[in-house]
Amino acid sequence: MITLTAIDQIAEHYDIAVVGAGPTGLAAAARAAELGLSVLLADENPSPGGQIYRAITTTPVTQRGVLGEDYWKGGALVDRLWPTNTAYAPGCTVWSVAPDEVGGFELGLSLGGQARLVATDQVILATGAQERPFPIPGWTLPGVMTAGAAQIALKASGLVPSGRTVIAGCGPLLYLLAGQLAAAGANIVAVLDTMPRRNWLSALAALPDFLRSPYLAKGLKLMAAARGKLPFRTGVTALAAEGSGKVTGVSVTRGGRTKTIACDALLLHQGVIPGINLSNAAGCAQHFDHVQLCWTPTVDDWFASSIPGIAIAGDGAGIGGAESAALRGELASLDAARRFGRLTPVQRDEMAGPTRIALARSLRGRRFLDLLYRPAGAFLAPPADETIVCRCEEVTAGQIRDTASRLGVTGPNQMKAFLRCGMGPCQGRLCGPTVVELIAQAHGLSPTEVGYYRLRPPVKPITLAELAALPPTEAAVKAVVR
Amino acid sequence: MHELKAAEALGFTFDGRALTARTGDTVAAALLANGVQACRQTPVSGAARGPYCMMGVCFECLVVIDGVGNRQGCLVPLRDGMRIETQTGRRHPDGAKS
Repeated sequence: MITLTAIDQIAEHYDIAVVGAGPTGLAAAARAAELGLSVLLADENPSPGGQIYRAITTTPVTQRGVLGEDYWKGGALVDRLWPTNTAYAPGCTVWSVAPDEVGGFELGLSLGGQARLVATDQVILATGAQERPFPIPGWTLPGVMTAGAAQIALKASGLVPSGRTVIAGCGPLLYLLAGQLAAAGANIVAVLDTMPRRNWLSALAALPDFLRSPYLAKGLKLMAAARGKLPFRTGVTALAAEGSGKVTGVSVTRGGRTKTIACDALLLHQGVIPGINLSNAAGCAQHFDHVQLCWTPTVDDWFASSIPGIAIAGDGAGIGGAESAALRGELASLDAARRFGRLTPVQRDEMAGPTRIALARSLRGRRFLDLLYRPAGAFLAPPADETIVCRCEEVTAGQIRDTASRLGVTGPNQMKAFLRCGMGPCQGRLCGPTVVELIAQAHGLSPTEVGYYRLRPPVKPITLAELAALPPTEAAVKAVVR
Repeated sequence: MHELKAAEALGFTFDGRALTARTGDTVAAALLANGVQACRQTPVSGAARGPYCMMGVCFECLVVIDGVGNRQGCLVPLRDGMRIETQTGRRHPDGAKS
């Protein structure tokens, strides 16, 4: 592995570019390099691991028990990459993926404040997941963070929330984080569980598979450890962060009664969803997954997207967890090698055999988790009108509902034109799913019928100076020279 | 937030205040480690905001670093001597901060 620290160290062309150095990207890059392909592994973060194995090579948390044994498995993924020739660019943002004139792709990159265009024959997007937006009144107050954010601060910097800490929401990460923070010495005054109890009914049908899954033992251990020690409150139906200038409390509704719990930090979690901004802007087809309740790029058995030459592997193409993410990255690379002619289809299938078996095993029981931890409707489409939905442009649920029903706005792109929701720097990452849900509700439509934002590059803000400093393409020169 | 374990410290300033944080921290983590929860004011209402996702998704941790605005604090590694400032409201084209 060669670590690139400046933009001019990046070559002009790679056989394959992998975007994201989480489990998927690490496995995909290693496999492609092992098969003799030249690989660029571009990642936004300062060190490899993605979010799940965040700071795996640099974490100051030395007591292994705090983060749990699963975290330390990430080290093996990085170790596999070391002996290869992969060009690894940390701190490198990929803001565009577009087809070039010779059947490959042109990647827009930015590193250290400078931009470059790099050519590649194939792309594997391994951009992973983000936390599902969790819009409640007051969620924009300083001191309110995602549970994932607290976990990243713990893994990367050994930081533990100070003062009274409340964790609220739904999903396995909630229990995991509660356990980790408790082990690290945080003062957790409440864990507020919003899981709708009736989810058990729909999840029961998927229980037999879950009972045979590797998740079971782990999940039960987590739950037992967290529940035994921590102040759990189940059946939470409404939440609101309170405070002026910073969070000072959280109002909790359970069984029709509302009370306020004073706190200095509020950590929110409502599951994770694929991060689709880059694939959407590249023009890859996507659909609404009615089980996982999220927009998901449409891929085939080899994680190839609707655009030949672009694969999307890992949680970015449907939530499956860290173990499945690495296996999916592996499979995407085998298929990339097949496209190059390095492997025949038969060789590819043979090499993929054990990985496919491991993938099926790692995904067993996933459906049960998806159904059990489905977010309640009130947290997907906030009933309180004053709830900010678009954090960047400060657009509220009330405004969106009103514009949908009174002005007859039926899609998120039209809504964007009316209210500017999705036009801020996060480019809809924190409002898109909610805006779609609110429009769907107002018109009695499904999210599939409503559609999603049409995103365009650059998917991350870059400065005009960076854009202007890019070498002009032949086509661009022809366009202005007469 | 507070640190589990002390480590080699880097010096930086936030709005002129001299602070220290651990080598290896991002700018956003360094601010949180010093008890700074709010690091920008929104361009729309001027409301205070602070780091929310810590993974480059939400853009709530935007700050001015060494005169350059709109930097995502959670993605920028802290360097010794960095001058970090609150990003206030709407930015103007001729300067890093309004």
